[in-house]
Amino acid sequence: MSLKKPIRPELRQLAKDVAPELKSIERRLFLRQGLSLGALTLLSGCSAETPSGVQSILDTMSQFNDRVQAAIFNSNRIAPTFSEADITKPFPFNAYYSKGESPVVDRANYKLELGGMIADRKPWTLAELNALPQQSQITRHCCVEGWSAIGKWGGVPLRDFLKRVGADTTAKYVGFKCADNYYSSIDMASAMQPQTILALTYADQELPVDYGFPMKLRIPTKLGFKNPKHIMAMYVTNVYPGGYWEDQGYNWFGGM
Amino acid sequence: MATSHSEVLEVHPLLVRLWHWINAFAMIIMIMSGWRIYDASPVFHGIYFPSMFTLGGWLGGALQWHFAAMWLLMINGLAYVAWGFWSGHFQHTFLPVTPRDVVRDLSKALRFDLSHELGVYNAVQKASYIGVLCAILLTILAGLAIWKPVQFHELAWLMGGYNGARVVHFFGMAAIVAFLVMHLVLVAIVPSTLLPMITGFARPHAANPATDGTT
Repeated sequence: MSLKKPIRPELRQLAKDVAPELKSIERRLFLRQGLSLGALTLLSGCSAETPSGVQSILDTMSQFNDRVQAAIFNSNRIAPTFSEADITKPFPFNAYYSKGESPVVDRANYKLELGGMIADRKPWTLAELNALPQQSQITRHCCVEGWSAIGKWGGVPLRDFLKRVGADTTAKYVGFKCADNYYSSIDMASAMQPQTILALTYADQELPVDYGFPMKLRIPTKLGFKNPKHIMAMYVTNVYPGGYWEDQGYNWFGGM
Repeated sequence: MATSHSEVLEVHPLLVRLWHWINAFAMIIMIMSGWRIYDASPVFHGIYFPSMFTLGGWLGGALQWHFAAMWLLMINGLAYVAWGFWSGHFQHTFLPVTPRDVVRDLSKALRFDLSHELGVYNAVQKASYIGVLCAILLTILAGLAIWKPVQFHELAWLMGGYNGARVVHFFGMAAIVAFLVMHLVLVAIVPSTLLPMITGFARPHAANPATDGTT
């Protein structure tokens, strides 16, 4: 680890772009070393990173924080809204991969798949989703990294949609699977919050590819990584579904 | 202990010592993991913390440390504040203090003319301790506003919004770190103050080189 020297902005951007790949390479290397050091690890009872005893305390605390956040969460609490003039331009692209690598979903063949504890699991075309009553919001998207940006999204309130398809809203989780292999899940109380929408537009235009075409979850009561893009399937379940980042250590509830 | 009880002075009660070391442990975790979180998206461009001084290895790890240690910091802090007011500890140790006393003692300290009396704080010490406790409180409140800008959005509004809360959290941290540096420098100058914070007791004659400012 070296001291950080001031670096040119384009290099910093490059570093930011390759960071996810580096992270996954790092992870794979770590896993491979983990395999060869397996016996040693078993003997010493600790890993090359945070000692496993400490890590299990941290994991327990993160699960405790999930419960605390669920208790604090008030579904009548409305996330602050902003005016058109407050919108951040351009709204930053963000994903675990670089700009330009977003999946391009075929509009004509797109169908939102439904699964789990939902009575009517008929898949939904984009035209059918667009025909449902829509709602728009100008809210702040807060990234777990600390930056934030204000944007305008429109779409179908998830609460209405869940009722329409006969979802069991007493279930614990709503899970999402995406065209970019991203996945995430939220608690039912947050799913029923009135500002949680299945977003189909950004800035009153059809959702651009970079922002998650054809559909993303916009949930202003949660951190950015709980707003999956390019949603292909949605399901309701009582079995903890985890998430792409959550399974790597980000706090699952990710509430705001 | 070889000396008789009459020769030793209780400088720090057990509760204060417990609070102090638990607080030190939690605070160091909060600061080092906080620096790693900060580096993920700096509030001020060009200000980074070298990763060797950070905790967690990556953003997710740092967040886990930060949101685990915050409970230790908060529970320990609440217990201390409740006890401090209830027992009269705050009134006895930190009051009275006036700006004039602070200026007087500060100028004395800078001229190495301020004697150190074990168990009694001079005005600069009193002001520093009150100041750092306020900084800790402010930093915790700003942290709560960043953590829950929707559930606690009135608090975030008081801090000047989400981004304002990040700035307050940063400067609160900076004030705490400035205190910590000063605190450690002064302990290094007057090392006899260290042992009483561990054992609670000091022999009055053992520590009286009339040279120091504070710890």
